[in-house]
Amino acid sequence: MSGEFAVWVYLSRTPLLWLTVTLLAYLVADRIAAATGRNPVANPVLIAIMITAAILSVTGTPYADYFQGAQFVHFLLGPATVMLALPLYEHRATVMRALVPMLAALGVGCVVALVSAIGLARLLDIPRPVITALSPKSITSGVARGVSETLGGDPTLTAVIVMLTGVTGAILVTPLMNALRIRDMRARGFAAGLAAHGVGTARAFQVSEVAGTFAGIAMGLNALLTAILVPVVLRLVP
Amino acid sequence: MIASLALVLLAQLLGEVFARGSGLPLPGPVLGMVLMLGFLTLRDRGPAAVPRGLPRPLTDGTLEQTGKGLLANLSLMFVPAGAGIVGRLDVLQAQGAKLAFVLVLSTLAALAATALTFVAVSRSLDRRRGEREEAA
Repeated sequence: MSGEFAVWVYLSRTPLLWLTVTLLAYLVADRIAAATGRNPVANPVLIAIMITAAILSVTGTPYADYFQGAQFVHFLLGPATVMLALPLYEHRATVMRALVPMLAALGVGCVVALVSAIGLARLLDIPRPVITALSPKSITSGVARGVSETLGGDPTLTAVIVMLTGVTGAILVTPLMNALRIRDMRARGFAAGLAAHGVGTARAFQVSEVAGTFAGIAMGLNALLTAILVPVVLRLVP
Repeated sequence: MIASLALVLLAQLLGEVFARGSGLPLPGPVLGMVLMLGFLTLRDRGPAAVPRGLPRPLTDGTLEQTGKGLLANLSLMFVPAGAGIVGRLDVLQAQGAKLAFVLVLSTLAALAATALTFVAVSRSLDRRRGEREEAA
């Protein structure tokens, strides 16, 4: 066995290599995003995913091996979600004043997200198991996986579609809101969190802390409402 | 920093226990967020004995700093899950164009519907509040 190969075999078995690759890919992606002046199209999540996925394909690394190392970063999603309480607490007066608009937007947004996704997929003759897997696309991946699995969808496919939706929403939210002339940061953030969960929330925090706070609330509330409504809407669509 | 991390993990752990125990379709970390909110309220609004009994990092702003640092890099934490796309390229290739169409259109619709509803309800409430103040 040649020396280089032995080093590769060793490295690919420890979490160190893929953890380092994940952090470096993110640093590069963040640098690119900053260089464009945080242009929404240069989404750091998307760029970092593309870099990482390219490295995995080129080296022929199975995703499970990669995740062994990357899971430490993945784990931080939980603590970061808990920490959303900090901006929420800081802006609690602003949040309490917006209670009624938030609940109305939650109801309308959740139903539109679900009905448009399932309806369009049905119109395009997308196979039923894929429709089930994509129906909880707007909510945070932990809950989305659970919803999909309970209804007979493929939870891994759901996780991928959830990520694609998150990146799509994070890229579209700023140009769309500008086109609609919506300047209210509370509304912009709430929409980002509702339609594009954590990735939308990360984007909202880049724009303003108030937007990020409202995105975090929308993400939490929509996870609950979507989990309840997905089985109902799926039953309504033959 | 360690006290802050311990508090956050504790909130997440309790949230996870509640979520599994109650069978609610809510993620444990979201319930953990609610618990953390309760902690912050109790710390600042509760009896004066509460902050005195806490480790200093939880009252001197270290907790807030740790949280802001974590939230500033929220994007990083989605990279491992997103890289999972390499395992599902077959389905994406078979349904790619249709899926992209559905995702983009549905996401645009959800974003617009949510933001427009928020702004409309917020404006009509403000107007009614304004009228009430004028009448008074």
